[in-house]
Amino acid sequence: MNYQTVVGLEVHVELATKTKIFCGCTTEFGGEPNTHVCPVCSGMPGVLPVLNKKVVDYAIRAGLALNCDITRVNKFDRKNYFYPDLPKAYQVSQLYLPICRNGKVEIEVNGEKKHIGIHEIHMEEDAGKLVHDPWDDCTLVDYNRCGVPLLEIVSEPDFRSADEVVAYLTKLRDTLMYLGVSDCKMQEGSMRADVNISVMPVGASRFGTRTELKNMNSFKAIYRAINFESARQIDILENGGKVVQETRRWDANKDATFAMRSKENAQDYRYFPEPDLLPVEISEDWIQYTRDNMPELPEAKRARYVSEYNLSEYDASVLTSDRDIARVFEAVVAICNNPREACNMVTGEMMKLMSETSTLPEELNIDAAKIAAIVDMLTSNKINRNVAKDVFAEVFKNDVDPVKFVEENSLGMLNDDSLVEKTVDEVLAANTKSVEDYKGGKEKAFGFLVGQTMKALKGKADPQTVNKILKEKLK
Amino acid sequence: MDFNTKTALELGQMIKNKEISSPELTQAMLDNIESNDKDINAYITVDKEGALARAEEIQAAIDAGEELSPLAGVPMAVKDNICTKDTLTSCGSKMLYNFKPPYNATVVDRLKDAGAVVLGKLNMDEFAMGGSTETSYFGATKNPWDIERVPGGSSGGSAASVAAGECTYALGSDTGGSIRQPCSFCGVSGIKPTYGTVSRYGLVAFASSLDQIGPVGRDIKDCAQVLSIISGHDAKDSTSIKRDALDFSDCFTKDIKGMKIGVPVNYFGEGLDEDVKKPVLEAINTLKGLGAEVEEFEMKITDYAIPTYYVLACAEASSNLSRYDGIKYGYRRKDCENLLDVYYTSRSDGFGMEVKRRIMLGSFVLSSGYYDAYYNKALKVRRLIKDSFDSAFSKYDMIISPVAPTVAYKIGENSSDPLKMYLGDVYTVSINLAGIPGVSVPCGFGANGMPVGMQLIGNSFDEPKLVRAAYAFQQATDFHLKQNKYSKGGKA
Repeated sequence: MNYQTVVGLEVHVELATKTKIFCGCTTEFGGEPNTHVCPVCSGMPGVLPVLNKKVVDYAIRAGLALNCDITRVNKFDRKNYFYPDLPKAYQVSQLYLPICRNGKVEIEVNGEKKHIGIHEIHMEEDAGKLVHDPWDDCTLVDYNRCGVPLLEIVSEPDFRSADEVVAYLTKLRDTLMYLGVSDCKMQEGSMRADVNISVMPVGASRFGTRTELKNMNSFKAIYRAINFESARQIDILENGGKVVQETRRWDANKDATFAMRSKENAQDYRYFPEPDLLPVEISEDWIQYTRDNMPELPEAKRARYVSEYNLSEYDASVLTSDRDIARVFEAVVAICNNPREACNMVTGEMMKLMSETSTLPEELNIDAAKIAAIVDMLTSNKINRNVAKDVFAEVFKNDVDPVKFVEENSLGMLNDDSLVEKTVDEVLAANTKSVEDYKGGKEKAFGFLVGQTMKALKGKADPQTVNKILKEKLK
Repeated sequence: MDFNTKTALELGQMIKNKEISSPELTQAMLDNIESNDKDINAYITVDKEGALARAEEIQAAIDAGEELSPLAGVPMAVKDNICTKDTLTSCGSKMLYNFKPPYNATVVDRLKDAGAVVLGKLNMDEFAMGGSTETSYFGATKNPWDIERVPGGSSGGSAASVAAGECTYALGSDTGGSIRQPCSFCGVSGIKPTYGTVSRYGLVAFASSLDQIGPVGRDIKDCAQVLSIISGHDAKDSTSIKRDALDFSDCFTKDIKGMKIGVPVNYFGEGLDEDVKKPVLEAINTLKGLGAEVEEFEMKITDYAIPTYYVLACAEASSNLSRYDGIKYGYRRKDCENLLDVYYTSRSDGFGMEVKRRIMLGSFVLSSGYYDAYYNKALKVRRLIKDSFDSAFSKYDMIISPVAPTVAYKIGENSSDPLKMYLGDVYTVSINLAGIPGVSVPCGFGANGMPVGMQLIGNSFDEPKLVRAAYAFQQATDFHLKQNKYSKGGKA
């Protein structure tokens, strides 16, 4: 029998607010254990939460970008359970009236477009972390992460393959990063995804029994976990068994999922409205203001680069793959007004150097004006393309002034045609074998002769001039 | 000089006039505690050194001509569920037997800024759950009018300490009657303010949507003065209403002519002791004699107040008290096998019977499958109760009722019958459910000589109206001035 995999996702993202959701403590990652805490986030008796308005701002922003309805009056609820990383023994979350509902995201897999529904987005607080101390054989609690604001983005069960899931997560991450809502670092836990997965015979109308997968900390792990679990469930059904509804843990080392807890042991969270907080009322003005001040999202940017700058779809998508790269590109264009060359510099030189030096986009610290100056020198034939590349590397690595650098190192383009002619004559005289080869039909030999000429001229000649003169001489 | 017959405001004036000093007065109160509290047990913690040092400090400020509040230098005490920095805040529970908060409640900061001298922390029913102050881990508090009887609760320590001359005024908290009922039992005055009027920041939560801090004093004027200091918006409490502090400056005129008072007749039927009924009805007549217009009406919906209250209060409590898990602070049982064992044994040892009963009740009504039948239904009834008060206040300036169906009962008399104990809250809980203010002032004595209070109930933010009526009543009567053995015997 053929089976269809069905997946729904619950994605948690930590919001990039400076302070926590209900107190003034910093949200900074790391830090000595229990140094980013106060009586409120550590759940001391008698303290009360005060909602950080920025969290609501970010939730509205995310909701609008994901095409959701914004719930004008939304409320917080308490989710009650005991665990040492949860100092109040309840998590303030949203069950009954979440801030966003009914959204959708368009994804593309193998050229096919598809919409994934967003069931809801709700605001909640993160819990702390347990650290096992093997030396003393005890478990310690670090409350630094307690109260860091989270959005939980719950999709509809609309995915039919691991590829679709990864396409969605990539899109979600790009969108949220563009919005400045989250840095979405899976390794640091600022983006986490739980996968609900079931299989059913192709054509069936009812979903099979699902399991929930946890503990995947990369897109790759999610991809592998889905494929493993789908195969595991199909195997059970094929052998006449029944899938048990349970939570399973992905073990990246063993490349397999393992049962954590079954539905029978599921907790009753005894949700009820949080009496310490008022309902969050969102005015039409607040939504409109947010809408008017939304950063341009990758898709819109890509379309604009194609229509406004005449760039190819490919170049546009490379440039918009990251908010910071797009930012640099746009800054360069704004100065030099040459999108074509700006694109060449950014996608060619800058991104190559970034990967060579393992520089992350958010660490980019390059002066757009200097890139624009290189573009200007190049387009006005003050330097040739090879020199431009070298100068770019100097700017990237040592932040030199490109104009001065060209002057001081006499890298300006040679405009003396007679010198080129003289050099070409010398090169032809010294490489008679290559000349013969070329005349005998070996095109490659021509490139060699160009190279020899450029080398003799210390790379400063205009390659087109060299080409032209060589062609004439070889006629 | 007999400080015990003086009100806090009178004492504040005497300090200002240099007739006495704050340290003298503080020492006198500490002496009263020393001699009386072995019988009364109103205090969990007496901060002798802190109080005297603070009194010196305030006296120096006053001597330097600093303009403080009319209560500057007057010693007072705080219920033990209100956080006081570096001072034990136990909530009357073994669970928090060693908990010293690193912060003050907003009300404590505000009183300190006004020059208050804090004598110590007052006994209470464990986590404010109870109406007799018998459930405290630190032993029962006794009623100064008869030490075989309860002082009421849960703010029993607050009412008893004021009644026994062990402080001049006190802070209590009221979730279902916990200020008003002990005031009635001990013959002192108290106010449960409109929900959101006084910051709850630093009040250890019992039921968050019902809890309010309020004053207990020798007369209503003292209470009003304290309330004017502690009320007003606090950014640390999201449920605190964005309003200025309450202003009672034009309440002390004795003039209540034309004030419309509603009397809910069904509050005076079955279940109300003759001992209470008589003085309350007489008090209503007194107010009539002062010019108030009195009309009877029915308030049927409040028949559902007790079940509604216990469903909602216990639900919230079950969640609020979950944080006491033996992990972070407070009591933890040693030698546990594993995490679950820490939870089970610490909570089993740390909480008393009544608290456990309410946690179980609250967990049950919130559990999956029962939520709609209990919690949600109770929320709907709460709305109806509020509506019926709204409609009453469209006709009346205030409502007058008993505070409790009986006078103070004997210690142990009701403690084995929780249901009977819960029924004692019949006149007070609906006020918390509606979020409106209630005042309790002494209005007479039962046949056995125990004090009786009456309850004045007002619309939201109508505390000034209630204070005006209570003040007029106290000007015309002397029930609040009566002394018991302890207040009389208090030396100094």
